[in-house]
This record gives sequence, C-alpha cells and structure tokens, in this order.
Amino acid sequence: MTDTAPLSGLLSADPRVVTAGAALFADALSAQAAPVEQVDWRPPADGTETALARVMADPRRNEANAKAVERLLSATAQLVDVRPAHEVLGIEKGTFFHAGPPIAWDRTSGPLRGALIGGMLLEGLADTPEEAERLLEKGDGITLDPCHHHRTVGPMAGVVTPSMWMFELEDTEHGGRAWCSINEGLGKVLRYGAYSSEVIERLRFMSDVVGPLLGQAVRKHGAIDIKAIIAQMLQMGDEGHNRNRAGTLMFLREILPDLIELDVPSSQVAECVRFVSGNDHFFLNLDMPACKLATDAARDIPGSTMVVTMARNGTDFGIQTAGTGDTWFTGPAQLADGLFLGSYGPDDANPDIGDSAITETGGIGGFSMAAAPAIVRFVGGAVPDALATTRRMYEITLAESRAYQIPILEFRGAPTGIDVTKVVRTGILPQINTGMAGKVAGTGQVGAGLVTPPAECFAAAIEGLAQLAPPL
Amino acid sequence: MTDHVEVRRGAYRDSVSLMQVSRAVQDSPGVQVALVAMATELNLELLAGMGLTGPGDAGPNDLLIALRADDEAAVDAAVRAMEAALVALSAQRPGSGGFGDEAPARTTRTAAARIEANLAVISVPGRHAFTEAMDALDSGLSVMIFSDNVPVEQEILLKDAAADRNLLVMGPDCGTAALGGLGLGFANVVSPGRVGLVAASGTGAQELMCLLDAAGVGVSHCLGVGGRDLSSAVGGRSTRQALAALDADPGTDLIVVVSKPPAADVADEVRAFAEKLTTPVQFALLGQGRPDLTAVTEEAVRAVDGQVPTWPTWPSTEEQTPRAGALRGLFSGGTLCDEAMVLAASALGPIASNIPLRPEWALPDDLRAGGHVMIDFGDDRLTEGRPHPMIDPSLRLERLAQEAADASVGVVLMDVVLGYGAHEDPATGLAAAIRSARSTATAAGRDLAVVVSLCGTRSDPQGLDRQAATLLDAGASVFLSNAAAARHAVSLVRQEATA
Repeated sequence: MTDTAPLSGLLSADPRVVTAGAALFADALSAQAAPVEQVDWRPPADGTETALARVMADPRRNEANAKAVERLLSATAQLVDVRPAHEVLGIEKGTFFHAGPPIAWDRTSGPLRGALIGGMLLEGLADTPEEAERLLEKGDGITLDPCHHHRTVGPMAGVVTPSMWMFELEDTEHGGRAWCSINEGLGKVLRYGAYSSEVIERLRFMSDVVGPLLGQAVRKHGAIDIKAIIAQMLQMGDEGHNRNRAGTLMFLREILPDLIELDVPSSQVAECVRFVSGNDHFFLNLDMPACKLATDAARDIPGSTMVVTMARNGTDFGIQTAGTGDTWFTGPAQLADGLFLGSYGPDDANPDIGDSAITETGGIGGFSMAAAPAIVRFVGGAVPDALATTRRMYEITLAESRAYQIPILEFRGAPTGIDVTKVVRTGILPQINTGMAGKVAGTGQVGAGLVTPPAECFAAAIEGLAQLAPPL
Repeated sequence: MTDHVEVRRGAYRDSVSLMQVSRAVQDSPGVQVALVAMATELNLELLAGMGLTGPGDAGPNDLLIALRADDEAAVDAAVRAMEAALVALSAQRPGSGGFGDEAPARTTRTAAARIEANLAVISVPGRHAFTEAMDALDSGLSVMIFSDNVPVEQEILLKDAAADRNLLVMGPDCGTAALGGLGLGFANVVSPGRVGLVAASGTGAQELMCLLDAAGVGVSHCLGVGGRDLSSAVGGRSTRQALAALDADPGTDLIVVVSKPPAADVADEVRAFAEKLTTPVQFALLGQGRPDLTAVTEEAVRAVDGQVPTWPTWPSTEEQTPRAGALRGLFSGGTLCDEAMVLAASALGPIASNIPLRPEWALPDDLRAGGHVMIDFGDDRLTEGRPHPMIDPSLRLERLAQEAADASVGVVLMDVVLGYGAHEDPATGLAAAIRSARSTATAAGRDLAVVVSLCGTRSDPQGLDRQAATLLDAGASVFLSNAAAARHAVSLVRQEATA
C-alpha cells in the first residue's frame, strides 16, 4: 500500500476494517472472513457533541497537537539549583502560593486553610493559629496566588512562602524554568494541612539546613538530569506520584558525594541525608517540576486540545489546555477512593487537593500505574487493575513517551499528553494516584487512593476550545 | 569505508534494548562495527576502542549511534535498520504489552492500530458520526458512513479532509459498498468481475449488482458516495475521487455511476471529469423519463459483451388479475421506492409518498392518504432512533396489516432485500404477514394482490430461491427486477376505478 496510489491503495489492498456502531456490520464482515475490529463505542456526554464536532473539524488541531506532543516529549529537566522562594520567585511576606486553580479564603478547604495558617506561623506573621486564621479571614496584606501562575508546582495544599527553599529546574531544550518546594515527609506535614509546632520546626530545619546544603551540593555537582532518573525509576517499581522510593534513592546516590565534600560539619550532612533518605516521597518534588517543565513547553499552541495542567485546591479541580491559554476549566474536586491510615475513614477525608496531578499530565503517576505493582494495594487495587489503568490511559492520550517506559507492558512508552477530545468522546477520565488530606485544618494525611477529575472540567474545556475553533 | 557518528539528546533507552538495536545494525549488510548505546563513559571508551570519536559533550542520557560500514549506501541501510529496530522496540506494536486481556478499543484510532486497518465502517447515531469519521481519517483510514442525519456541512468537511489525506469518504447515509469481493453494510454476494460502481444510492447499487450477477456479469468494486454527494452543496467530491480510483484500477473495465439526477452544475462537472478518464463511464441517472435500473443494467451488460437474460420471476400460482382499489407500496429501499413511483405515476397519476416525486404529492406526517401511496420506510425521518427496516421489519409489517384492512386498497407492492447486513430470513416473517393480510381482505370479500420485488443473489446467505419460494407460497408474485415488479403491480390496478 503506497500513499501515492489512488485512495492510498484502498482498491488494491485487502480490506481490514474497523466498525463503530451496529454490531451486525462487524458480524457480516466476520462472516466474510475479513479482519475486523469492533469499537466498543459509547456516546459522549450529552450536550458535548456540537462542541466536539467543531473541535474535531478544526484544521489546526492535528498539527497543533503534533507540535504540543513534540514539545512535551522533547523537554528536558535539569535540577540546576536550590534557592529560597523570596530570592527566585520574588514572593513577599503575606503572599502565599497554593495548589490548584485560583481561590479566595472563604471557599478554601480545611487542608489549604491549615497550610496557610502554618505558613503564617512559619513567616512570623502570627503567633498563634487562631491569630493566623483571623488575619487570613480579614485578608489585609494577604495574597493567595496559584503556584501554576508562577511556573511553580506544590503537592497537596502546595503552600509556598518566602522563606521556603525551592528546587529550580531547567528545560535546556526550550529554555523553560520550573520550581517546587522541598518535600517534608509524610504524616503531620504542612502540605496535608497540619500546622503544629513540630510541623513548623521541621520547616525551619529544612530552610536552615536541608535547603542550603542541597543548594551547595547541586551547584558543586552541576546539573542533575531529573528526566533520566524518572525514566529509570519507572523501571524500578515507582510510578512517580505515590511511589518515589527508587527515584529518591537514585537522587541521593547522585548528590551524596558532593554533600559529603561540602565544607560543613559532618553532623549536618548526616542530618540532611537522614532527612532525605527517611522520606520515600522526597523525589516527588523533583518529578513534579520535571513534568511541569514538559507541559509548560507545550503551552500556548492555538488549536491544540492537549491538557497542560491538572490541579486541585481542595475545593475545585481545574485543567488548562495548550489551545486555551491561561483559562482554567473547573469542576468540584472529588473524594479519592482508597485506603485510610489508622482509624481515619472516608468521613475524615477532604476532596482531592494538590498540583501533583501534573505527574499524570506528564504521563507518569496514575498513567504509569502498571510500572508500580508494589503500590497498587496501597491505593486499594490489584495488579491487573494497574495494568488495565495504564492501558486505558492510552485511549485518551496523544502519544507514548520516548523516555518513560513501562516494563510490564513490554517497554511500551508511557501514555502521554491527555487529549480533551478523547476524554470527552470516551468518557474515560484521567486516573490520578493521590494522597488524602484530613478535611479538618491541622489533621494531616488520612490516607491514599485513586481519584479522577470531574467530567465537568472536560466538558467546559471542549466548549472553550470550540469557541476558539473556526465555525463549521 | 564510511564512518557515521551521531548523538540524540535525551533519548534514554535501557541497555538491554539497545544491545538488541546494536545487533540489528551489526547484521545490516556492509557494516563492520556498530555501537548503539547511551553515551556513558564506558560506552565512549568502547567507541574510542573502535577507532571512532564521539562528540565531546555527549552524556549518559544521550543516545550514541556510531558505525563504520563499507560505503555511504551501507551506512544509510544500517541507519534505516536501526530506526526500524528502535521503533520495533517501543510500543506501536498494536495489542502488545504485557499479560492479561486487553480491553475492547474505545475509539476508532485504537481499534485501527490493533489490526492495521485501512477502512472504518461508522454506524453510530448521526450526530456523533462526524467525530468518529474524522478520527478514522486522522488514523489514515477511508470511511464508510452508514449513519444518516449527518449535517451537510460536516459531510463537506469530512470529504475535504479525506481528499487531503488521499482517502475516501463513502456516505453519509451510505448503505452499500463492496471492495473486491468484500461486501460492506447491506451487501449482496456477487461474483467478482470487471464492472465498477459509483453509487449515490444504496439500494440502487444493490439492485444493479444483483441484476448484473443474474446476467453473469461480475463487479470489481462498488464505491458508495452517499445520497447527497451530487448535490450542489457537496458538488460530487467523493464521486470524482471514486471515479479516478476506479479508472486507475486495472480490474475495472466499465464504470457505472448510479444516482438520482444530479444538480445541473454538478452533472456537467462530473461528466466533464468522466470524459477525461480512460475507462468508459456509464451514467445511470434515475428519475422520470429516464431508463429504469433494469434497463441501465442491460446497457451495462451489453457494454461488456454480456448476454441480457430473461430476468427471473416467480409468478403467483394464484391468478392475479386487474382489480379495483388503490396501489400501496411499502419499501425498505429508497431508490427501489423511487423507481416504482416513477413507473406507477406514468400509468396511474399521482402517488402520495414521504419521498414524493413532486412536492404536492407529499404525505402528511402521519403517512396517511387515500389513493395510491408509496412509503420509503428507510427514509431518515423514519429511522431516527430505530433500526433500518431491512433489519427490523416490524413497522412495515404493521402497515401491511393496516393496508389489508383498508377496503380501498387492491394491490400491495413490497421490496425484500437480501444479503449481508439484512435480516437473516426476511421472507418467513413477511410470508406470514402476507397470508394474514390476504385472509383479512378475503374475509372482507376482497382479493388483495401482493407483489414482491426481491433484491438478492443465489449466493446470498438467505438464499434467493428459498426466499422466493417462501413468498410465493404465501400467494405473492415475486420478481428479481424491481421495475418488472412495479410494472406488474401497476397492471393489476384497474385504472377506471381509481381515476
């Protein structure tokens, strides 16, 4: 079959047929011994068909998506420095970056409130949690701003304050930069909405010891290729969202000689190393900005239907697409389905929160679930579920990663680049692996599980894309 | 001797996979040494050991490709072998990937990749057809769209997108097509041969193919284009593509275009296009004052030096004579209905219909009228949210019972379409309904004549002769030629009684 033959050789090739719709046509073809594959077709959500058709008809779509995919896949991610937020992001006291789409205090969820209260205490803006809450409520001199508006991502509540130290990553291919705070560990931590004195003390230790030491070590080492570590962690049982154990170890392996050689007391190095190696999720805050770099590289491509952000603030779930600029398409954040720590139960959990769904947006996390059989029980599933999940994600993505591969799927590239049209057509929602925060401010983590965005986000996005597409 | 060294930045692969790629490159003819590996220190040393120099700035996350071969051509071949091995490594192996069952494909794109498809048959509800068809075109597939109720502006977009991609859109509302010997949609089993069809009408194409088959003339391909393709709006977009493809097909000696008369401007354009082809094109444009499908078939048979046969009939064993009462046609095929109306109207005058020959003969929405009436049960408005009457005959059989109870009705004309896609045994259900209808009439002191136009071939899964015998047994007269069936039905209407 050659492309120059009329109709690409349709009349000379043996027909190999896909059928979508009535089963009898597939049966008729099978009866004639023709190769046939039937689509398990289901109608898209009611009311989306007009917008969907208009977007599918957009002559820019294929080229725009090819460009978006190429930029996403070719982006690199080098850790180049670790610096304080006030220095690199120009964030001032009273300003708090947070996860998810924009939100005002009155609509914030418990964990985000808790993290903001902790941030006030950390920055010395209040002496007690009660005072912090009062000041936040009043709002004078307080600014809430999404991380995503500052090329930054934050897990769970994602609160960033001026004194926090940030990983600084660079995409050498497209020149992009992205930032993320340093991961605190599990349990009672700020990002899960806890703000007790142990939480604040740990944050101070991170700013005093961990951040500065890592910064010096990274500068001494030279750029560290985070993308290469992600590629390898997927082959070692991590999926990069809820399991980051191999990634953390490999990062530590990379940085350890330079840490040891720093001109600081060995006890400080030991404290720093103990902190990193004691936190299986340490690497999450490195793979998140790596994914942020990749999806940011694909922003602002008119006509592209690819998702470049999925993020939650604990109240709203918001997505952004390459073809719709900075517009957020939002819906209510959902409750995760999974397992609970200790005596916590479903009633204790807050709806989905965090910028960490950037990992799924970049093709890892829930999308690469099949790479992490060790974690599936932790989020309440079985190994076949993990395989099925990753396979299902190929239905809604534009590409397969060249760098990130799934060993158990015979090294198939991770499903990458969520296509709004495919989500709307199939009703298959992106699968996100996530932690669960307690809904009462100050609680901390209560569990982990699986969650999807609300379908409303994608219905709104297809409308937004349709409005920018040429009329039919 | 030619060296080739290249570095691909950030293209991480695991070492085991790359050893397989290296092996593929080494096996390429004329290759002396080859190394495809990540540019680690170790591998850069290996490279130096081979007497090759890598770029100084390559690092462990860059893919290093180095080879030495006899000449330029051998290098090119080796690089191609490497590309192929790299592609083969990762994905793109449809259906591949790990253990356990793979879930059914949810989109045309996914299903297409699994079998390397070249054609999609779309029969989803019309308002969703565009999206699925566009997905098929984006995946490099030609498309047959069975769905109706697709907006014309979407049809135009699809056909333009198809032309851009050197693909064909058959439809929307394309009921029948055949590629080589493979029937698509509603398709009769006909012998292979050298007549190619371009059909803007599904049942028109089926009738033509069945008659050709009965005459011993086979068909190469039948490319459906959809009922609107030759309208001014669509402008023959698919027809031109189909004509060009059949012209280039060495297996096609004669092309027949089956359609209702096109819009005048389009007709001129398509004729001019056809005249430039090397393969002769016969236009079978149906309508008042034009040859019927049977006459068109006979012309085609003669054009390929075939013998026009006596068209098969199975006359009723009971004598059918002219009687008082109106003619009612109950059709599943639009073109068959149209042809019957043209023939009947010239003898009997106005025929009320849901697809009327003249606007003033239109049936009201309840499809009720006195006098001669013919209904196309396959029309868009009667199939929305309901299976096609060739699949589900219930609506038509219900109407037959009503006609039987109507004292003003003397003759009922119906079509039965066989082949793949159609009901597995339409005659049995219809025969029972015919018996019941005739006994209803008899009980009321009338004689109801039933005439059937049977569109099928001896190779159809339902069996032409078996179906005919079943209908004959119920007291119907059966004709292979729709035109002959219509003429017979008209001949049974005593005209002075209905004037």
